Formats: sequence, structure tokens, C-alpha cells
Amino acid sequence: MSIEVRSLNFSYGPRQVLRDIIFDIEPAQTLAILGPNGSGKTTLLNIIVGSLAQTSGSIIYEGKTFKHFNPRKMAQLVGYVPQTIIPVFDYSVIDYVVTGCAPQIGTFERPQEKHYDIAMKYIREMGIEHLAEKSYRQISGGERQQVSIARALAQCPTYILMDEPTSHLDFGNQIRVLKTIRQLAQSGFGVVFTTHNPDHALLVGGKAAIIDRSGKLTFGNSHQLINEALLSELYGVALCIKNIEGSDRKICFAPYLSKGENEYEDNNEHP
Amino acid sequence: MLLAIGITLFLFVLAALTMGRYSMNPFDVLRAIHARVTDIPTNDSMEVILFRIRLPRVIASLLVGAALSMSGAVYQSTFRNPLISPDLLRVSSGASMGAVVAIFWGASFQAIPVFAFAGGIMAVLLATSLPKILRNSSNMMLVLSGIVISGFMSSVVGVMMMLSREQDQLSAIVFWQMGSLTRINYSQLVVVTPIFLACITIMILISWRLNILSFGEQEALSVGVNIKRLRWIAIACASLLTASAVSISGTIGWIGLVIPHFGRLLCGSDNTKLLPISALLGGAFLLVIDTIARVATTFELPLSILVGLIGAPFFAWLLHRHKVKII
Repeated sequence: MSIEVRSLNFSYGPRQVLRDIIFDIEPAQTLAILGPNGSGKTTLLNIIVGSLAQTSGSIIYEGKTFKHFNPRKMAQLVGYVPQTIIPVFDYSVIDYVVTGCAPQIGTFERPQEKHYDIAMKYIREMGIEHLAEKSYRQISGGERQQVSIARALAQCPTYILMDEPTSHLDFGNQIRVLKTIRQLAQSGFGVVFTTHNPDHALLVGGKAAIIDRSGKLTFGNSHQLINEALLSELYGVALCIKNIEGSDRKICFAPYLSKGENEYEDNNEHP
Repeated sequence: MLLAIGITLFLFVLAALTMGRYSMNPFDVLRAIHARVTDIPTNDSMEVILFRIRLPRVIASLLVGAALSMSGAVYQSTFRNPLISPDLLRVSSGASMGAVVAIFWGASFQAIPVFAFAGGIMAVLLATSLPKILRNSSNMMLVLSGIVISGFMSSVVGVMMMLSREQDQLSAIVFWQMGSLTRINYSQLVVVTPIFLACITIMILISWRLNILSFGEQEALSVGVNIKRLRWIAIACASLLTASAVSISGTIGWIGLVIPHFGRLLCGSDNTKLLPISALLGGAFLLVIDTIARVATTFELPLSILVGLIGAPFFAWLLHRHKVKII
């Protein structure tokens, strides 16, 4: 079943951030959310996971609106990978990942052996078993990202939401995270991620949603939706999308920093 | 670890019972306890001192120390801030005001803890309901409203102190504000012990969830934690615990802030281990302080003074030795 977002509006006081948003999140599919700074990408994710309440509109799963789900039920439906946080207090990686099992553990109970086994299973799946006993505060940003994904997997959710999973990562780790995103979708999860890099949306493929400065969202297949005119308008700078010869890889890039610097200037007209 | 601290604590208790103006040897103490348990009363003066005077004080110091440090640890996790003490919501200010009002109106010594407890709980209720009235439920708002409440309450205390003409009233107020277990008796212990046990049990039961809360609200919410309910339980237990501790001992600063950090040096941040260890450490620490307060001089020293004089250099040394990164 898809998560259906219907006529969603959100305002911070007088400022309307999201305007009449309609789209679907499908299982076994990726959805990249693009948009300039302050367009409301993170706000949208926060509304879906339930930490912010929409001003109007509804989010529906299996015919029921999200308002009817308690936090435990929500956590079993949607796992959330936040932008990397550094907790105030220190915990080991395994102790952090096992909190993903919280929906299956009673309020007054503690994780049992089997929950640690689940946590270890996903730590292994992410290929980070060497980190299990390490301190969460002392591992690198890329490692933290993988640990957070392992925690979301330990929740056994149907959908996984990631807030800018590639920010703060070096180039190699960015590509690795994108690969993980696609693999998760292939193994059945519906994966939503926000990104500042339109090329990531093209590289992962699947669906894309673009939130513009007025808070409107357009939704479609990323390869059809993302085009030069739209992106240049969205970000307010000249951008090109080209096919790499001999492959079906489309690439998005900035052709120049100021006009007259290279050959693409003549072939393209941009604001 | 727990066992080692437990054994140390037992030895401390035994030592504390032998010390005082009337000194006893540890074997007599054990024999007297054995006699009391097996119900063969000997009823000499030693036994009276041991069971009527020393034992309630030892129990009280363990309970108060444990309560303050455990609620400190719980507050620090709940508010994700290692620099706050159980006094964040101004339990002590409220209790101070209650006690001072009681002393000022010439209430009996038995009534002072009741007033102090009521004052402490009132302060927490005010501090937590102010954000609701202002429709802003952020942690920052909670902290600010605590500051507002305590500002008002310490002024009330000031007014009372200005107005109290009798010298012994004034010194009773000052003495209460610096903390002391001199006037402890069994009837007080009978009242507070069930509250202590209930709150400590609940706090230990939710200790794993407190770990999740200490990662941040967004994190906790995303794994299905009912944040509002959990925070409410944590604040209620910690405040109740602090209020009942302060009501029998007067205000003792600092223990609730520092002992949890000492606990983290020993066992890390995991609340399932940290809460019991903080309780044991806090109990042991206050037992030592209170024993010194009893035996060091011919008059009773206020606890806050000793906590600062002895505790501060000790923890400074500890921090230096471990080269601690607390935050």
C-alpha cells in the first residue's frame, strides 16, 4: 500500500511553507525530494513522521489517516534517519541501534537478547560490525549515517525517510549512501530522501518531487520531471542536464560560474 | 561494579554507626543489630543511641543522597543537558519557601517537612503550568519559567527573613537552607520511604526509554516513544523524589548535579546502569558527609558547607585524574 499525501498545507505562523501538496510514497520505490534552502523539505518529512502537525490536509495509509496511528504504530510503518546528530551523552553503536527495536519493547521493559540479535543483524547488513562496540560520538560522519540507517532498519518499518543523507559526507560516502538507498528500495522498502544535489535524484532514478519557493510540489519520474529549465528556475542559477554518450546516465551540472567561461554557454539559454 | 559499590557502602554504614561522641566498636554494633533482629532486647544506653539516634540518620542520609543524585541523572537525560540539577524546576526554592513560612509562623518541627514538601511540589506545578498558559511547550520555556518562579520564591524567603525578629527563627531558617539531618526521626522516614521506593522503582523501569529520550525528541519520536508521557513520568518521579528528600534534609546543593557525572565515569551514560550506580554513589557520598558533620566538631555542621568544602576538591581531583570530557 502507498502512503497518500493529500492537499497538505503547512504554515509557520503567517508564512505558508507547504501549499496544497499531493503525492504518493510507494513501497519498493525511491522518492527524491528536491528544493532550495528553506523550501520545506525537512518540514515535509517531519509532518510525515508526525513530529509536526499539518495546518490542513491529510496523510493516508490503508484508508486511515495518520492521525489515527499512535507513536508505536507510526514507528512500525515509517523509520526515520535524521541528519546526523551527535548526542549529548555517549553510547555504544550497538546500544544506539537497538533503540530501533523500541516499538516492540514495552514502556517499562528493556531490550532482550533477541533485540540485540536484530540490531546486530542490521549492523552486519550495513557492513559495520567492526563499529558495534565503538562509541557513537567517536565514529566518522559517514559511519554515523550507516549506523542511523541500521537503526531505522531495526525498526522493521515499511518506509524509510532520510533527511539529507548525503550532506556532511565525502564524495565516496555520498555515492555509497545512494547505492544503499537503491538497494533498500530493491529489497522492498519505500525510501524517501531529501537532497540538495539534483544529480543524486538522477543517479538513483525512481520518483522525484520538487518543492519550489512558493511551497508547491511537483511530482513524477525523476528522469522526466527533472529538466534544465525547471532546475535553473528552481535554484536561480544556470544548470545543464546532459546524456553521457554510450550510456543512459543523465548528469546535472553547472556549466560555468560566470558567463563566457566555456563552450556550453553558446548551446544553452538560461536566465 | 554494583557489588563492589554495595560492599563499600555496607562498610561505610558500619563505620558511620560506630562513630560519634559515644564511640562503639563494630562488633558491638553487629551484635546489637543481631540482638534486635532476633528479638532479644538488651536495652542498654548503647542500643538507644544506635537505634534511636544514629540508625535513622544513616538511613536518611542514604535515602536523601540516593534521591538527589538519581533525580539529577533523570533530569539530565530528560532535558538532554548534562549541566542541570534536580533543581531545574525549582523544587528546592519552593521547599525553602514552604519551610521558611512554617518556621516564620512558628509551626512545630514536625510540621516543617510537610510545608517544605508542599512548597516544593507547588513550585514544580507552577513551573510546568506556566509554559502551558503561555502556549509554548519548549524545554527552553520550561527552564525560563523555573527561573521566574524561583525569583519570586526567593524574594518571599527574603521578606520572611527580614520580618523575622527573633534570632533563633532566623538561624533556624539559615540552618534549614544549608541542609541538615539533625532532626530526623523514624516517623519522617516512615512517611518518605514509600515515596522514595515508588519513585526509584518507576525511574529504574523507564531507564532504558530515558536513553532514547536523551538522543533527542525527534529520534525518540521516530522509534515510537510517547515523548510527552515519558517526559511527564520522568519529571513527576524526579520532582516528587527531590521534594521528599529536601523536605526532611533541607536544601543540599550540588549532589544532584555532580554525582551523576561521577557515575558516568564509572559506567558510561546508559541509564539502566547509571541510575542504580548514581543512587549508590549519592547515598554513600552523603553518608560520609553527614558522618563528618556529626563527628568533626562539637556542634553540627550544615551539610551544604561540607559538601562544598570536601566534595568540590575531591571532584576537581577526580576530573583532573580522568582527564574527563563531560560534554
